[in-house]
Amino acid sequence: MATTQDKKNEAGSGFVYLPLIVGWLVPGGGHFLLRKWGRGALLSVSILAMFAIGIAMQGKLYAGAHDILEMLDTAGDLGNGLLYVVSRAAGWGADQVTQTTGDYGSRFIVVAGLLNIIAAVDAHNLRTGRKA
Amino acid sequence: MFRPSHFAAVVVFALFASVVFGITQRETPRQMVRYGLYCFVLFVGAAIALSWIMYFIAR
Repeated sequence: MATTQDKKNEAGSGFVYLPLIVGWLVPGGGHFLLRKWGRGALLSVSILAMFAIGIAMQGKLYAGAHDILEMLDTAGDLGNGLLYVVSRAAGWGADQVTQTTGDYGSRFIVVAGLLNIIAAVDAHNLRTGRKA
Repeated sequence: MFRPSHFAAVVVFALFASVVFGITQRETPRQMVRYGLYCFVLFVGAAIALSWIMYFIAR
């Protein structure tokens, strides 16, 4: 029978940052890796939907760092992992925000990235045993 | 192009953000649902309250 100490040792062994990295690259991927299918599916759907709605609203994908706000927006966008890379490569999103909905869309994309980082850190905490 | 109203955008934003907050910030499924609902109500409630405040300030 596995004791609490055994479980802690098991949780701490191996490459503990893998769920964090996979979770960042693919929304919900860290939870899927840990076989938390339900949580992973909900996180994945929420983050993907938020990102897709942001793109559909003609939100801007930030890439520059001309001023502090743009730098923060770029950092938030980078939180989307592969979604950001694919979207930039495909030329999705607007170059300039010209409508109010486009501004909402830009916020949706940034917040999707920030939520994805929270989800990836949660997967890491599950992996290390810090969270049940 | 998808053009929701401001309120629809608030509700969609609150829904997805609350799901992620609920799952990541609590341990058990019951606590997750309760915290997710709490966040959703706070998001939408705060938006409505601030909207009314701005409405009266603008008049």
